[in-house]
Amino acid sequence: MKEYRTIAEISGPLVFVEKTEAVGYGELVHISLADGTTKRGQVLDTSKDMVVVQVFEGTAGIDKSSGVKFLGETVKINVSKDMLGRILSGSGEPIDGGPPIIPEKRIEITGAAINPWARDSPSEWIQTGISTIDGMNTLVRGQKLPVFSGSGLPHNEIALQIARQAKVVGKEEEEFAVVFAAMGITHEEAQQFIKDFERTGALKRAVIFLNLADDPAIERLITPRMALTSAEYLAFEQDMHILVILTDMTNYCEALRQIGAAREEVPGRRGYPGYLYTDLATIYERAGRIKGKKGSITQIPIISMPDDDITHPIPDLSAYITEGQQVLDRNLHRKGIYPPLNPLDSLSRLMRLGIGEGLTRGDHDQVANQLYAAYAEGNDLRGLVAIVGKESLSERDRKFLEFAEMFENEFIRQGRDEERGIEETLKIAWRLLSTLPKGVLVKIDRETMEKYYPKEQAAPKKEPSEKKEETPVEKKKVTPVKERVVKE
Amino acid sequence: MIENSDESGAKDGAGEIYRVAGPVVTAIGLKPRMYDVVFVGEESLMGEVIGLVREKTIIQVYEDTTGVKPGEEVVDTGKPLVLELGPGLLSSIYDGIQRPLPVLREKMGDYVERGVTAPGLDREKSWNFVPSIQEGDQINGGAIIGTVQESEHMEHRILAPTDAEGTVQSIKEGGYGVEDVVCTLDNGKNLKMMQTWPVRVPRPYKEKLMPEIPLITGQRVLDTFFPLAKGGTAAIPGGFGTGKTVTQHQLSKWSDAKIVVYVGCGERGNEMTEVLTEFPELEDPWTGAPLMQRTILIANTSNMPVAAREASVYTGVTIAEYFRDMGYHVSLMADSTSRWAEAMREISSRLEEMPGEEGYPAYLSARLSEFYERAGRVTALSGSEGSVSIIGAVSPPGGDFSEPITQGTLRIVKVFWALDTKLRERRHFPAINWLTSYSLYLSTLEDWFTKEVAPDFLRLRGWAMAVLQKEAELQEIVQLVGSDALPEEQRLTLEVARMLREIILQQNAYHKVDTYSDIKRQYILLQSIKKFSDLATRLIPLGISVEVIAGLNSKLLLSKVKYEEKFDEELDRALNKMEDEFKNLEAST
Repeated sequence: MKEYRTIAEISGPLVFVEKTEAVGYGELVHISLADGTTKRGQVLDTSKDMVVVQVFEGTAGIDKSSGVKFLGETVKINVSKDMLGRILSGSGEPIDGGPPIIPEKRIEITGAAINPWARDSPSEWIQTGISTIDGMNTLVRGQKLPVFSGSGLPHNEIALQIARQAKVVGKEEEEFAVVFAAMGITHEEAQQFIKDFERTGALKRAVIFLNLADDPAIERLITPRMALTSAEYLAFEQDMHILVILTDMTNYCEALRQIGAAREEVPGRRGYPGYLYTDLATIYERAGRIKGKKGSITQIPIISMPDDDITHPIPDLSAYITEGQQVLDRNLHRKGIYPPLNPLDSLSRLMRLGIGEGLTRGDHDQVANQLYAAYAEGNDLRGLVAIVGKESLSERDRKFLEFAEMFENEFIRQGRDEERGIEETLKIAWRLLSTLPKGVLVKIDRETMEKYYPKEQAAPKKEPSEKKEETPVEKKKVTPVKERVVKE
Repeated sequence: MIENSDESGAKDGAGEIYRVAGPVVTAIGLKPRMYDVVFVGEESLMGEVIGLVREKTIIQVYEDTTGVKPGEEVVDTGKPLVLELGPGLLSSIYDGIQRPLPVLREKMGDYVERGVTAPGLDREKSWNFVPSIQEGDQINGGAIIGTVQESEHMEHRILAPTDAEGTVQSIKEGGYGVEDVVCTLDNGKNLKMMQTWPVRVPRPYKEKLMPEIPLITGQRVLDTFFPLAKGGTAAIPGGFGTGKTVTQHQLSKWSDAKIVVYVGCGERGNEMTEVLTEFPELEDPWTGAPLMQRTILIANTSNMPVAAREASVYTGVTIAEYFRDMGYHVSLMADSTSRWAEAMREISSRLEEMPGEEGYPAYLSARLSEFYERAGRVTALSGSEGSVSIIGAVSPPGGDFSEPITQGTLRIVKVFWALDTKLRERRHFPAINWLTSYSLYLSTLEDWFTKEVAPDFLRLRGWAMAVLQKEAELQEIVQLVGSDALPEEQRLTLEVARMLREIILQQNAYHKVDTYSDIKRQYILLQSIKKFSDLATRLIPLGISVEVIAGLNSKLLLSKVKYEEKFDEELDRALNKMEDEFKNLEAST
């Protein structure tokens, strides 16, 4: 293999090499330094005159006389079932002191798009044991559901709790594993993850890729692809159900921006490259199920929103690819509520595929709608109370206000190790809903009310008078039949 | 796909790759025309010429370019991106460049790998060709030369290519493949059942007609309030949870467009899967056959190559035009045009073009209007009348309607169906907001409504809109002071508006009767509510309270009529009851 010593320019993370033979786009590159170390990179742009290489480990120490070798193959990863329980670097090398991974296969990390015709529709819900998720924004196998967070919020704890507790009820015997990819997180955070995996014994069914904050930024571009390639292998060739946690996607996007800037590309919004959407899609879309295959890939990317701004290009474009989002709320966090997941901002687009009779429970959809509506109303009233005071509220409004408080403290709040089954979650939901006048529960139809409304609390005296306060718009006495039939 | 060029065998243009940067490849040594299809590299990846700079050719490649090297061969086909049009199109599922996805899966497994081509039309299949012309007939381009029964209920009319003209020398009948010659002209031209057409070129027609006929969908809020003309254009915001899918299904099932083309452009894989699994299960209510028999699906998810995404909407509209030329009414749904525009933006930035608003290329609105302009009701070259109606979904980021794609779209389209999350939350279906939606076809459709439905149809519609508008204003007051503070007339307005909402605007897609409402019935229902309102208005000054009127039995009956199979009978009963009750009330004063 030829070694070139024709570096023409080094600029940021990029190395420009001249007078090469034909080099393939995306080819893997080894650059050997005077001190004997080798850095790895990838071809980003190739032409007859010049080859542009992005160096994963950073360009520090490279000089114009460094040797450049083009390996003639693209970036691949060794995969095997033995990866489970291992800790690997951001570029797939073991860093846990263990032996190298004996590959059963070497796979290109770019990955191809799943043929839409080959995809199978997600249909099984995953119980995370967290009430706000299970009850109101249910996660479904094969879904990609990011956590939108901000600096200082406990997104890592939540991700860990999900990884620990996630299961498909009734199918606990199926093989389940976590693939965890860290991009630019701190040592401390990484330790937290690893310790927790060790503590709970989850490590032996996990593959961990670590690119830490002080690791080269450019390596972050391949870390999630390494992780997803391993996940695809485990899911679709080893029939396992894989939960992929990618943290933090914001760091990934910054690395992408860095490359774009170094190449002097025309920047898009906030300096991120114009192809950010497509690039993110090639990561997020590597989730799902395939017809005829047993395994599945569920993705939970974690995105920290700069300045909690949900319209920032990264969360904005992500939300257009992923099937919903779980949003962490700083206000809830300040109130000391864990997990501070705000159901009003969160959404699970695949929820309805996974819930209902035979999956969770027949009343789940209606209860979720009602909780959402009631909490939203109670939350709105808080603003009003700040102006007019609690005394001037009507009895009905006061109930909603109290409901919002209780909802946060009893439904949202739970312990870091507390695992609530769906029955328990719905039980809490009904208990809270029954504190409201029966007449305002307009999202729940009569049959469901009769079947699930807590018996001991039924028929308080003041009810008839309360019923009249229902807003005229919401009253639908002529369409009860329809309400039950319409299912979105 | 690419035409196996029988005339030229044009392989003269072979050059080599100079540079590879992602999906954009630069080649030298070629003399192509703009938008020629080229095959790039050893794996023959398909691409399209999108720029010519001095001796260099800029190519966008439809597939992943990893591993492609400078110096590899680039072959110019000398032809633009063309589609195969002919029997076998119906019920197909294609990617953005007309590769059948089920065939791709058979060929290369669950992932879309590179360098694999598959013809758009099945070559093996034999179709029973029945000629509709005879030897000695003079035909011109685009004429119907015969038919093929593609499925039980669908007749595929075989068109002569648009440039074929002459006297028929021989014509065959019987089972033939799409590439077999079925007709020969005296000038030696051989006609096959399959023809090809470049996707970026609108298919020609004889004359464009005014959009004077509504596309009847059986959905009251659409037909009565915001009608779309056959050959018209409409936009719907594609936010999630607004019931977009249900609306699309209803349109596909019930509208009187015979052919449905659905383009899933840059959408989520799992959502596309839902479309791909649900559509084939839908039943055609008119024939009982699967709806897929008159449907073509084009699926290009967000992670499939961006250039193919850009091409997918053109693929869809070209197929739609082809069926239009046979004399069919076609509805094309593009979901979502925002993703399409983003593909343009991405390619534009790769070309280092000067960006316009929000990084979109400066030609964004020109491309949008070119696309929507391919809609229309026409007299085809064959003399038959057909139409393409385009319904495009837009997905504004963060729900911000001021962004360039939404604005560019709303400037062109004539109908806006504002799907509304708030209505959905209130379980108001279809969740189309009657205050923000609009249709600009009302004036051109006036004659049709007057003639085919009733002379006062539009007047009634105007009345209903006014009541609903008034309700919105009154609701603001009610929010502040409560409905008790309103005078009786205004409370009656609220009551009538509620009837309009519940009886006319709301429609249950899952109810076997209510799912489709004949345009005449829509009119009768509206008329009945107007009657109720008129009778009630007379009583208010006599001191009858709105509570009493709202509690009338006939009002309840009226609200149930739409669910009744014996619609006319039940309606009569409700109307008679109404007259009686109002008479009694009047007598009681």
